[in-house]
Amino acid sequence: MKTFLVVEDSKIIRTIAAQALKDMGFATIEAGDGQTALDICKKELPDAILLDWFLPVKDGLTFMKEFRAIQGAEDTPVIFCSSKTDPEDIQKALDAGAAEYIMKPFDSEILKLKINLIDLEQE
Amino acid sequence: MTPEDFTYLSELLREQTGISLSEDKSHILEARLIAVVRAFNLTGIPDLIALLKQGDAEAMEAFTETLAVNETMFFHDIVAFKHLEEMVFPFFLKNKKQEEAIRILCAGCSSGQEPYSIAMQVKDFLEKNPALKVEIIAIDISSAMLSKAEGGIYTQFDIQRGLPIKMLLKNFTKKDGAWHINDDIKQMVTFKKLNLLSDLKPLGKFDVIFCRYLIKHFDVILKPLILDKLADILNPDGLLFLGEDETALGLTDSFKSIVKSVPYLFQKVSE
Repeated sequence: MKTFLVVEDSKIIRTIAAQALKDMGFATIEAGDGQTALDICKKELPDAILLDWFLPVKDGLTFMKEFRAIQGAEDTPVIFCSSKTDPEDIQKALDAGAAEYIMKPFDSEILKLKINLIDLEQE
Repeated sequence: MTPEDFTYLSELLREQTGISLSEDKSHILEARLIAVVRAFNLTGIPDLIALLKQGDAEAMEAFTETLAVNETMFFHDIVAFKHLEEMVFPFFLKNKKQEEAIRILCAGCSSGQEPYSIAMQVKDFLEKNPALKVEIIAIDISSAMLSKAEGGIYTQFDIQRGLPIKMLLKNFTKKDGAWHINDDIKQMVTFKKLNLLSDLKPLGKFDVIFCRYLIKHFDVILKPLILDKLADILNPDGLLFLGEDETALGLTDSFKSIVKSVPYLFQKVSE
């Protein structure tokens, strides 16, 4: 079973997203800020990450920079998830290495369709 | 709604659009038609039936538009579009004469997401293979849907369903909170109002037809008829893409399956 790390400071959104991912057959790990997420990744890399932009301690863009420096994390697909919807902002997330981008608000169908677009073969 | 009302309305829908409704969908039919009843300031469905029986053209258009199937999204089953780029376009690039365009028909194009997805895929291919010429025709029965398609303006919800983010940034411009498809993509598609039950021959011959998630809504008797009509406007060896849960096999001898891994792709059988 593939593992998704859900990094989101809103407990409600995090819980709903994690449940949706579980319903799609993923195992999930949750983190409420960028530093906790990095600590988790340094111990064990997830197969994919759903990453909020605005996070306490370390925001999404800073997380991306440090995450990509972890050995083996170069190609791990990351789906950015944010209320920022201007093309310039979306481009910043892509430049930081996001594979896909979800604009908030979103539902489980959008999440599923975005996962279909990233290279994440389910076992 | 009485059983007689349902019988009349479902028969009329089948006659006008080919769409088949079973009796358990009676409540859906009623719920959708209430909007038409209100729009025409009628007191109820019997009044609407009376108008339809008189042959009122506006009421008939509202009736078919309300009940048409409009479920669509960008790059529905992205694998189908990958086949376009990896298999179909290279085949025609090799086999078409230099000045000859590949003609693609998108039948039942709804609000435009599918023909624009094809156009975006074409644009990507042309960047690497500028010699290819492509013409995309998109048809639908609904004036309202065609008007939305021609406008090319989509909500945040629309553009998050199926559209890869890089395609969004490349081919859309955000204005006043909505996403407008860029003119170069818009100009690649010609929209026409046409019912699949009508004569399709004036459209000319095509190399590829997309008719996805449409025939499954048709009456069982009409399915083979529609597939044969599509075969008639395909060039020899032309290709037909159906929806993932649809097939031409067992319904007509006009098509054969060609790639095992793509069960919804069919080729016209040569006469």
